[in-house]
Amino acid sequence: MNKTWCERINPVVRDIPPSGIRRFFDMVAETRGVISLGVGEPDFVTPWHIREACIYSLEKGYTMYTSNSGLLELRCAIARDLAGTYGVFYDPRSEILVTVGVSQALDLALRALVCPGDEVLIPEPSYVSYAPTVMLAGGKVVSLPTGTEQGFCLRAHQVEAAITPRTKLLLLCYPNNPTGAVLDRKTLLEIAEVAVAHDLIVISDEIYDKLTYVGQHTCVASLPGMKERTVLLNGFSKSYAMTGWRVGYACGNADFIAAMTKIHQYTMLCAPITAQMAALEALKNGRPAMERMVREYNRRRHVVLHAFRDMGLPCFEPKGAFYAFPEIRVTGLTSEEFAEALLQEEKVAVVPGNAFGPSGEGFVRCSYAASLEDLGEALRRMAQLVRRLGVRPRVISTPPKSHPPREAGMSAAGGVSS
Amino acid sequence: MNKLELLEFLEDNARLTPEEIAVMLQTDPGEVRRVIQELEENKTILKYITLVDWEKAGEEKVSALIEVRITPQRDVGFDAVARRISRFPEVRSVRLMSGAYDLAVFIEGRTMREVSHFVATKLATIEGVVSTTTHFVLKTYKQDGVIVDDGEEDRRLMVTP
Repeated sequence: MNKTWCERINPVVRDIPPSGIRRFFDMVAETRGVISLGVGEPDFVTPWHIREACIYSLEKGYTMYTSNSGLLELRCAIARDLAGTYGVFYDPRSEILVTVGVSQALDLALRALVCPGDEVLIPEPSYVSYAPTVMLAGGKVVSLPTGTEQGFCLRAHQVEAAITPRTKLLLLCYPNNPTGAVLDRKTLLEIAEVAVAHDLIVISDEIYDKLTYVGQHTCVASLPGMKERTVLLNGFSKSYAMTGWRVGYACGNADFIAAMTKIHQYTMLCAPITAQMAALEALKNGRPAMERMVREYNRRRHVVLHAFRDMGLPCFEPKGAFYAFPEIRVTGLTSEEFAEALLQEEKVAVVPGNAFGPSGEGFVRCSYAASLEDLGEALRRMAQLVRRLGVRPRVISTPPKSHPPREAGMSAAGGVSS
Repeated sequence: MNKLELLEFLEDNARLTPEEIAVMLQTDPGEVRRVIQELEENKTILKYITLVDWEKAGEEKVSALIEVRITPQRDVGFDAVARRISRFPEVRSVRLMSGAYDLAVFIEGRTMREVSHFVATKLATIEGVVSTTTHFVLKTYKQDGVIVDDGEEDRRLMVTP
């Protein structure tokens, strides 16, 4: 071979920076006895009635392709759910596409929309996949940094200030991963006004919508004048504890959904039928189990916030998702140094905030999708480290208890998915 | 404060401290203590118990479900006989049922012989008891909402975005 593989790789792919926390992932995998608050998925297993319905569908022989758009019955159930919850009406025959998780829906939407050099506005800190997916689609990422002073909420004037003639779309994700921030209706209305004034498309990833603990989630597409310019993405992973099933959906303008479907039919054909059958059961009968899980997350949210306050770490109140984003600057360490110290000295894994963009520096992401026992023990260990680093605790409000840590060896591969 | 939610917590885990409950219910520990005491005093909270896997503890135990048919008595119906049966320490639970029999009585003993002896000499001979049918428990899969030997563990990767 005259050229190396590296030279042959598409430069767009080659130039995408590797995940900033890869090294940290490897370190976690090598350490034993770790309690992890670094997991971005529910600790609940999919409710049994959903698993049982899926098993039944296999017994009945549902093992074939579905329509490219997904099972019509599932699309109808999605349309009913959105109409009932947010009063947004989508035609299940032309305005909904069932995808392999929101990840694929986002990829399809960006590929169908972004032309080389188009600018995509992304509030930061942001989910790790957004920027690379935009780059793969040929777009240019324009970050809109947010911080604690604004409660990690995007402001309309930030959007307005970032707009150039090349700006094509705004990518929203509220409730937010990694911060847990939600956008209230008033703020969203202001942002929507800017979107309308500048004729922007909005892609709204609302995968955490059901996990809203304070106030009500506002669906971007439900705002006046927004349905026509919004691509709404959602799925089943977080609300029904179905991450591994990989099933989500996109809703929007019929012509645009047709364009996404074109890419989908040639590159994916359809989402797996087994997962679609399970998703249908989730929409039909999953509400009680989902509400139970939401109540449980909310209790843990209080526990986590209380613990950070006690140990002297400032933490803004996350109102959605299952993440808290405490500020660790008072320890004098960077995000990565803190996460590393916490892992090595106390065997607790959290994700350094800078993994979610430069504006996440000074913070760490703690997922409270963990049992109360694990959570309590992890927070006690974290408090020990923080105290050693010279931060004065507020009060000690809970007596120490010992619990066995979750063994590192329990994880499926000890590796990382991203 | 939401008493039902408080009871839900304690039913799931009686070892939660008032401080821990207060954080989850967003109230103060003193208030939690006061409500718990009130619930204990009015017997809403009957007892705090531990669910034990006796097989794992190496203890041989035999339990049986006894279907009991009884003749209801004037004025007291099923209550007098049911309460009488309830007083035996061998009896773990007594419930009035709809359907083909009247009382479902759960009995625990050390051996099958001991349990049958109890049924034959104590239970069946109570005045008002018409008949008994004994079903021995072969294996317990789930008890009080807890799956025995679940086998479902946390299989998530340690860190995911």
